[in-house]
Amino acid sequence: MAIALEHFLILSAILFSIGLYGVLAKRNAVAILMSIELMLNAVNIALVAFWRYVAPTLLTGQVFVIFIMVVAAAEVAVGLAIIIAIYRSRETVDAEQIDLMKW
Amino acid sequence: MEMGIAIAFWVLAAVIIGAALAVVLGRNIFRAALFLVLCFFTIAGIFVILSADFLAGVQVLIYVGAIGVLIIFAIMLTRETQRGSPSGRLRLPALIAGLLFLATMVFVIVSTDWQIVAEIPTEPTTSGIAQALFSKEEGFVLPFEIAAALLLAAIIGAIVLVREK
Repeated sequence: MAIALEHFLILSAILFSIGLYGVLAKRNAVAILMSIELMLNAVNIALVAFWRYVAPTLLTGQVFVIFIMVVAAAEVAVGLAIIIAIYRSRETVDAEQIDLMKW
Repeated sequence: MEMGIAIAFWVLAAVIIGAALAVVLGRNIFRAALFLVLCFFTIAGIFVILSADFLAGVQVLIYVGAIGVLIIFAIMLTRETQRGSPSGRLRLPALIAGLLFLATMVFVIVSTDWQIVAEIPTEPTTSGIAQALFSKEEGFVLPFEIAAALLLAAIIGAIVLVREK
């Protein structure tokens, strides 16, 4: 059975769901950030698969993936800096104990 | 050829899903970070199958290299070894949300009639990406410059946030 667009899209959906579960269920802030990275990678797989099977001559899909990678790198740098700053002042990275701004 | 690609896809997909599950289910956060790096690496393999050669290289450089090292650094700086990385109180709702999302997506993907094009993309894709990014009429020159400014702002912001007083 040949590999088609649906295979890549379902792989992407599974990876995104695993990341979604991690974001909602994890308590360690670094683990939450890692799950967000999984979700971003799932989106990249879907974009590249659409480029390959739906519009292989237009490279817009790959350009979008490059922009997502740039934004993901910026997001990881700032997110980890925030987590380290919180750890310095509160001695924890547990998302359930970081409740200063909780209503 | 077709057969080899199919085998490569199934092996890579199994490794990706296994590594991703190990990231979200394991209690040892450092081991989770290593599995995340493995997951990034195998996703580069998926890009190769999809004949996106440039993106596979960029994936290894940025995700495996830069982001992987950054996350491991952050774990080293904030490690709570005695507590590990347990799941929170929202575990069951999170599982239900994830499964519901997955079911919806699979239903939509299977039931949609995708407009598949038979064309094979030209390789290598690098020059094509450069033209798509920088062409005068329909390029992405302004977003490219904004991305550069965003990266600079993010780097300065990260330095300011973690600087010792």
